Amino acid sequence: MAGEKAPAEKKPAKKKAGEKAEQKPSQKAAGDKKKRVKKYHASRNPVLARGIGRYSRSAMYARKALYKRKYTAPETKIEKKKKEMPRATITKPVGGDKNGGSRVVKIRKMPRYYPTEDVPRKLLSHGKKPFCEHRRRLRASITPGTVLILLTGRHRGKRVVFLKQLDTGLLLVTGPLVVNRVPLRRAHQKFVIATSTKIDLTGVKIPKHLTDCYFKKKRLRKPKHQEGEIFDTEKEKYELTEQRKADQKAVDSQILARIKKVPQLRGYLRSTFSLSNGVYPHKLVF
Amino acid sequence: VFKRFVEIGRVAFISFGPHAGKLVAIVDVIDQNRALVDGPCSGVRRQAMPFKCMQLTDFVLKFPHSARQKCVRLAWEKENINEKWSATRWAKKIEAREKKAKMTDFDRYKVMKAKKMRNRIIKHEMKKLQRMASKKGKKPEKAVKPGKGKKAEKAPKAKKPEKAPKAQKAQK
Repeated sequence: MAGEKAPAEKKPAKKKAGEKAEQKPSQKAAGDKKKRVKKYHASRNPVLARGIGRYSRSAMYARKALYKRKYTAPETKIEKKKKEMPRATITKPVGGDKNGGSRVVKIRKMPRYYPTEDVPRKLLSHGKKPFCEHRRRLRASITPGTVLILLTGRHRGKRVVFLKQLDTGLLLVTGPLVVNRVPLRRAHQKFVIATSTKIDLTGVKIPKHLTDCYFKKKRLRKPKHQEGEIFDTEKEKYELTEQRKADQKAVDSQILARIKKVPQLRGYLRSTFSLSNGVYPHKLVF
Repeated sequence: VFKRFVEIGRVAFISFGPHAGKLVAIVDVIDQNRALVDGPCSGVRRQAMPFKCMQLTDFVLKFPHSARQKCVRLAWEKENINEKWSATRWAKKIEAREKKAKMTDFDRYKVMKAKKMRNRIIKHEMKKLQRMASKKGKKPEKAVKPGKGKKAEKAPKAKKPEKAPKAQKAQK
C-alpha cells in the first residue's frame, strides 16, 4: 500500500545512517559513522500545475514528519548571550567645582533629528548586486604572461607584461620598470590590447599583499583645519615608498630572467605601439 | 598578345567564390560564360564554373574533353601541378601576402628591426662606394649594384623565415 510505503521511504532519508547500519553492518557501518552523506529527499508534494501541489499544508506536515523534527537552539548559547549584554551607559568624569565628580552618559544616544516624513519602504529588487559582489570577467586572450599594449594613461602605447587580475577586476601589470619605466600598476581591461605574445610565468610568485587597496590612491582629509589650509594638505604628488621599490624589484627580477630567454623581447617591450599611414587596427593581427 | 587560352586541360586559379584560392582544370566548355571544371587534387568537385572567377595559369594538362575525374587526376599527378604551382612566383606572392597578414605585433617589430639593420648595411656600403668613386675622381669605378650582395649577407642572420618574402617585397 502507498501508505505503508511512504514511511519506509521517509525513514531512509533521514535515518539512513542508523538503518543501513543495522541492515548491512559489514559494508557501511564504518563509512556512515564518519561521514553522514546527507541525502535530501525529493519533493514529497507532486506538482499538479505550476505553483499548485497535490497536498495541503497540513498533509505535507504529516508527510514530512515534521511532528518529530522539532529543533530548539541549544540552551547554553542563549544563556551566554543573556550575560553578554552590551553596555548601555558609561560614567564619565566631569570637571568643575561642586559639580559632582561624574555624570552617567548614554553610549547610544537618541537621534538628534527625525525627518518630517518617514522614508517609504523600497520595493524588493533582485539581481542588483553591490560592486564588491559583481562577477569579474577576463578576456580569454589575457592570461598571465601576456604582453599587453596600454592605450590610455601616461603610459599609453607601451607594451607591458600582465601578471594577474585583482579582486576589483583591474589587471596588475608591470613594465618591467627597467625596460620601459612602467612600475607595478593597475590597468583596465577595456583600455588594453592583448597581443598574442606570451611570456612563460610558471613558478613566478607575486607577493600576496599586492591587492587593490595597496594600489588605491590615498586621500587624507582632515576637516579640523580651516578653509584656507585644506588645499595645501591634499597630496597631489605621488611619493615613492621603499615598499613599492622592494616589491617592484621582487617581481621584476623573476620576470626579467624569463624575458632574456626570448630573443628580441626586451627590445619589443621597450618600443611603443603606434599607428601610421595604411595601418588599420581592424586589419591587424595582434 | 594573348598567351594563355581557355582550352581543355588548362589549369585555372579560382580567384573568388567558395573555392577561392584553389586550382582547377578546365574539362569542357559549356557556353560563353561557363566551363565544366574539376579539381581532384585540390578538393574541388566537378562542377560548372563561370569564367569570370577563373584566372588562367601557365599549365596545361593533356586529357580529352569531358574526361572523367580519374583521368584528370592522373594527368594532374603526372604533370605534378601542385609542386609546379607552389614553385611559381604567383603562388609565392600569395603565400607572402598571407604571411604578412598573419603577422603578430611581435613579428612586426622583428621585421622592422631586420629591415632597419639591412638598410643600414646597404647604405653603409653605398656610401663607401660613393666615397671611393668621388675620391678616385675620373678613374673608371664601376658603380656595382650593392643590393644583390646584401641579400647574401642577410642569410646568416638567424631571423624568422618570414623575413624573406618581406625582403623581396621591400626590394620591389
